[in-house]
Amino acid sequence: MSMTLPGPEVAGAAGPALHIPDGFLSTPVATAGYVVFGVALAVALRQTDRKIGPRTVPLMGVMGAFIFAAQMMNFPVAGGTSGHMLGGALAAIVLGPWAAILVMTAVVGLQALLFQDGGLVVLGANVVNMGVLTAFVGYGVYHAIRPLGRFIPQATVVAAFAAAWVSVEVAALATSLQLVVSDTSPFSVVMPAMLGVHALIGIGEGLITAAAVSFLLATRPDILGVRRTGAVMEGVAG
Amino acid sequence: MIPQRRYLGILIAGIGIALIVTLFSPWASSHPDGLERVAEDKEFIDRAEAEPKYEVIPDYQFPGVDNERVATVLAGITGVIAVAAILLGAGMFLSRGRDDAEPSSLTAGGG
Repeated sequence: MSMTLPGPEVAGAAGPALHIPDGFLSTPVATAGYVVFGVALAVALRQTDRKIGPRTVPLMGVMGAFIFAAQMMNFPVAGGTSGHMLGGALAAIVLGPWAAILVMTAVVGLQALLFQDGGLVVLGANVVNMGVLTAFVGYGVYHAIRPLGRFIPQATVVAAFAAAWVSVEVAALATSLQLVVSDTSPFSVVMPAMLGVHALIGIGEGLITAAAVSFLLATRPDILGVRRTGAVMEGVAG
Repeated sequence: MIPQRRYLGILIAGIGIALIVTLFSPWASSHPDGLERVAEDKEFIDRAEAEPKYEVIPDYQFPGVDNERVATVLAGITGVIAVAAILLGAGMFLSRGRDDAEPSSLTAGGG
């Protein structure tokens, strides 16, 4: 990853917006990351195993493929900085938080193991930040706002944007706290910088997520649990 | 579980979209990303370990390909197919022995 090679940049995917490299986190923080990741993965496997339906498997494959590709597409934000989509919120909107965690584990794990993007020691923390937190936060915000569809026709798309933006900020917040506890950078220094730049990156995440949800609403609203008329199918199971 | 036809279409279309996205990856911004920018500005970038313990496809450049843009796209295609294969394999394992089209598919999304 490019973080190991500052200087002349090759064409193509730069480093990632939130992938922590080895060396940034202390051993206790990295270990704690693996513990939280392990628990989340175990529960996610169990929950997905229980709830898996005919659409879950193909949609997991599609979400993983799309998020991996989207994570390569760094977009410019202010001041010679780039960012890219994380995707956890979108995955959770489409699949629910547990299957989304499996998707994000596959994406972030493969990036570390095959592409040397994000450290191996800090892999647990990276999955927690970019996959577990984004999935839960994105899912929660989306479902908090979407019921407003009774009053605002565009509530589903607005909910998707908000879910994605908040999920990026929470991931940046968690990453910052891990850097602080690891004694890598003081709270008053790293926190405003991280939240500031990721407030901009989150706009990109929000726009892509909202576009993807709009695309699904137009083509396959059933995937989002919405009838063609636009009415939300709350609690309707077949 | 073999995906039913109405989901097989999603699978092909979705992975197709992902592969198309990778074709544009050579033109992604190469500026430092959010965390990297903060690490440089706040002067803790040096804490990053300089050398990976091993390399397979470092920097999203498929090894042995001279053209950087081609190498980036090949790396992207490799990743897209690998992630999809891992998740389809894991999903088929989790759904083993359950090939009925249960309507719980709607609640799986939490709707």
